[in-house]
Amino acid sequence: MKERDFKIYRGDDERGELVSYKCNVSEGMVVLDVIHRIQADQANDLACRWNCKAGKCGSCSVEINGKPRLACMTRMNELDEDKTVVITPLKSFPVIKDIVTDVSWNYEQNMKIKPFSPSEKDKEKDFVMMQKDVDRVQHFRKCIECYLCQNMCHVVRDNEGKDKFAGPRYMTRLASLEMHPMDRADRIEDIKDVHGSGMCNITRCCTEVCPEEIQITDDAIIPLKERVVDRFYDPIMMLFRKLFGKKKKETTN
Amino acid sequence: MILTLGEYSMLDISEIRRLQFDVLVIGAGGAGLSAAIAASQEKNIKVGLICKSLLGKAHTVMAEGGMAAALGNVDNRDDWKIHFRDTMRGGKMLNNWKMAQIHAKNAPERVRELEHWGAVFDRTKDGLINQRNFGGHRYPRLAHVGDRTGLEMIRALQDHGIHQGIDIQMECTALDILKDKSGKISGVVCMYRETGEFIVFETKSLIFATGGAGKAWEVTSNSWEYTGDGYGMAYEAGAELIDMEFNQFHPTGMVWPPSVKGILVTEGVRGEGGILKNSEGKRFMFDYIPEKFANETADTEEEAARWLKGDKSARRPPELLTRDVVARAINNEVKAGRGSVHGGAYLDIATQRSAEDIKRKLPSMYHQFKILAELDITKEPMEVGPTCHYFMGGIKVDAKTSMTNVDGLFACGEAAGGMHGANRLGGNSLSDLLVFGNLSGIEASKYSRKIKSMPKSSDEDIKRIIKNATSILNKEKGNNPYLIHEDLQKNMQYNVGIIRTKNEIKDGISEIDNLKSQFKDVKAAGSSQFNPGWHEALALRNLLISAEAVAKSAFMREESRGAHTREDFPSEMKEWLEYNIINKKGKDGNMETIKVKRSEPEAELKRIANSSIEELEKEVKLDHNK
Repeated sequence: MKERDFKIYRGDDERGELVSYKCNVSEGMVVLDVIHRIQADQANDLACRWNCKAGKCGSCSVEINGKPRLACMTRMNELDEDKTVVITPLKSFPVIKDIVTDVSWNYEQNMKIKPFSPSEKDKEKDFVMMQKDVDRVQHFRKCIECYLCQNMCHVVRDNEGKDKFAGPRYMTRLASLEMHPMDRADRIEDIKDVHGSGMCNITRCCTEVCPEEIQITDDAIIPLKERVVDRFYDPIMMLFRKLFGKKKKETTN
Repeated sequence: MILTLGEYSMLDISEIRRLQFDVLVIGAGGAGLSAAIAASQEKNIKVGLICKSLLGKAHTVMAEGGMAAALGNVDNRDDWKIHFRDTMRGGKMLNNWKMAQIHAKNAPERVRELEHWGAVFDRTKDGLINQRNFGGHRYPRLAHVGDRTGLEMIRALQDHGIHQGIDIQMECTALDILKDKSGKISGVVCMYRETGEFIVFETKSLIFATGGAGKAWEVTSNSWEYTGDGYGMAYEAGAELIDMEFNQFHPTGMVWPPSVKGILVTEGVRGEGGILKNSEGKRFMFDYIPEKFANETADTEEEAARWLKGDKSARRPPELLTRDVVARAINNEVKAGRGSVHGGAYLDIATQRSAEDIKRKLPSMYHQFKILAELDITKEPMEVGPTCHYFMGGIKVDAKTSMTNVDGLFACGEAAGGMHGANRLGGNSLSDLLVFGNLSGIEASKYSRKIKSMPKSSDEDIKRIIKNATSILNKEKGNNPYLIHEDLQKNMQYNVGIIRTKNEIKDGISEIDNLKSQFKDVKAAGSSQFNPGWHEALALRNLLISAEAVAKSAFMREESRGAHTREDFPSEMKEWLEYNIINKKGKDGNMETIKVKRSEPEAELKRIANSSIEELEKEVKLDHNK
């Protein structure tokens, strides 16, 4: 058991400050444990979000010493013992109170995505899909919606960018739908115009912070960009489509 | 409107925002989302869905192993009848017979539906939904996605649900139910956590999908949301709580380090071949095979190993006995001084499966231990011990409609009681959420359609509910809600835990009384805006009601059955099989705990549940050949 120093942002979007706390830290404790201890003993009204405490729900996203992390999966023993631990809210979203931010923008992006659309005929019998054909879709579906990638994306971070780009999380979701063997919807035009795939300039910041280690840039965003290019900027394909009509569905990966 | 301190007394009821629904669902986990989706498919039914957290974060997300459904994709001998028999035997025959039948019959259709909505399950070699073995299930039956099935389920429901015209209200806490003069549901008063604003939802019917109350124990796999809100509100509104003495302690929670004590380690580890050992290196589960299950359980390591390799003539390893049995065995080994270093048992998958298999089949377990315990499960055994996990009991509902004894109030999922009897089989919860979520959504719509005009709530009730909530903030001083909660958790852990005796339960009940009086003076500091201290205090009433119901029922049931273990009455008593215990609010305002005789099941169901496995397998084979 050792007493450690903490600074936690207290306040709202307009006004706030870093408040100092001391807390005893014992073996195995994670940052979320510290927040709970401070909440119970020193600051009952300290606002924080959490649920599962095991890295599965993606609720407790904050910035710890300036890095976007899940508070429940950040062990105290990986942070420098002599330094004050600074806990602040995600920077890309408005602060509601303390370290809780308004993430409703993300839910709005999800609403804009055409949902999974199998054909009626396929629904009449059991789906037959080989494991190797769903591996990549399952890889995307590991996403716990912690929004750390959204927070880290410099396009999303810029407020105007929020109107133009759905962010890495939803590129991943779009990729999971586009590569689903039974999906029959066409989202390529939306990916370009509504979800703004062109806004990403592949800095890979999103991939670096993903706690589920999803290869967001390489496996999701780049393939989507390629599909957009194939559809809209490939002269041979454009001629092909003019002659034979629009392709109904991109082939699955 | 947002109330500042001291304003409640001048509360003008007309300034409070109101929204109207035909069906309102409280809780947005697997059951709540299923219910809302089902209700939204009905014509001209306006559906609302309220969640205490953000959408997609409910506790369902934590479910790991899978959902049980007799699809027969891996072993085509499976059938609803065998699933039903397994469920009844697992529940020690105390299950609501009809619910267990509805569940087993409908689970496959609901799982397929989830796939049509976008869930991507692991596949068999033939490209069908893969199924894994789990405790108490005769065949590989659990549709799954690695060890993150709950996440897959909630995401599939969420992404489908948001396009069904459902009005979803996030981070909104329900405070209490409103009824009209005739006693039927008329609405619910809620509070937005973000702002502290109160709102009245007027509704013709209300579905509680509010989960359990595992947060009443110290060592628990449950999140902060699990405070028995549904139990507390339903109880206050006159609904009955059934089987509350049956609290499932999952045998394998993490035990080390202390800060993660209780976090779930999926039964899938054992389903994939994981074995349990004590400090002497002995595989002890062979010593704990109950007589009833002896015929269907391997009695040598050699046979268990053959089973793991897929030999259909071999019987299941004893690690896959039902959760109550495994939890008690671990508890016993620790008590006898054969526990692991930190007071649990060793769960070893490293010697049973290749590192590659483990990472592929159990990726989040690998990750969880790597980060939280700095342990590589492909090389070393895990340390595990029992953790409070699930309420078999809950709000009493009609099996065919999911309606409670309060007109217009429905319950489903963990919030409802009866389906799982004295012990739930792993994997039967996710399928329960889908089956009874769906059923209650349809039935609540039917009910609401019959109610012509919106039932009227009384302004006095609304004022009283809001005043109860704001007075916690407005007191000059009072008791810290976090500390009352911690005391309750300790009390339940030590006095009403996994092994119970008369005197301890008695102590537990008097401590709950003491905490109830401390709760009267509970005080939360700060304002009403996103104030966890206030939210904690508001949840305490419901936690205390849930805990009292558990303790009083546990005191009354003088036998050991399933998850309820009385040291002073160590065996199952035949006469107790005929009774359920019910808790309800008495006329004097105190909790009444009564024994109620169970009704006689349909003869056919009784026959199936009591058949020998050989007989039933023969019968199913004939059925399938028809």
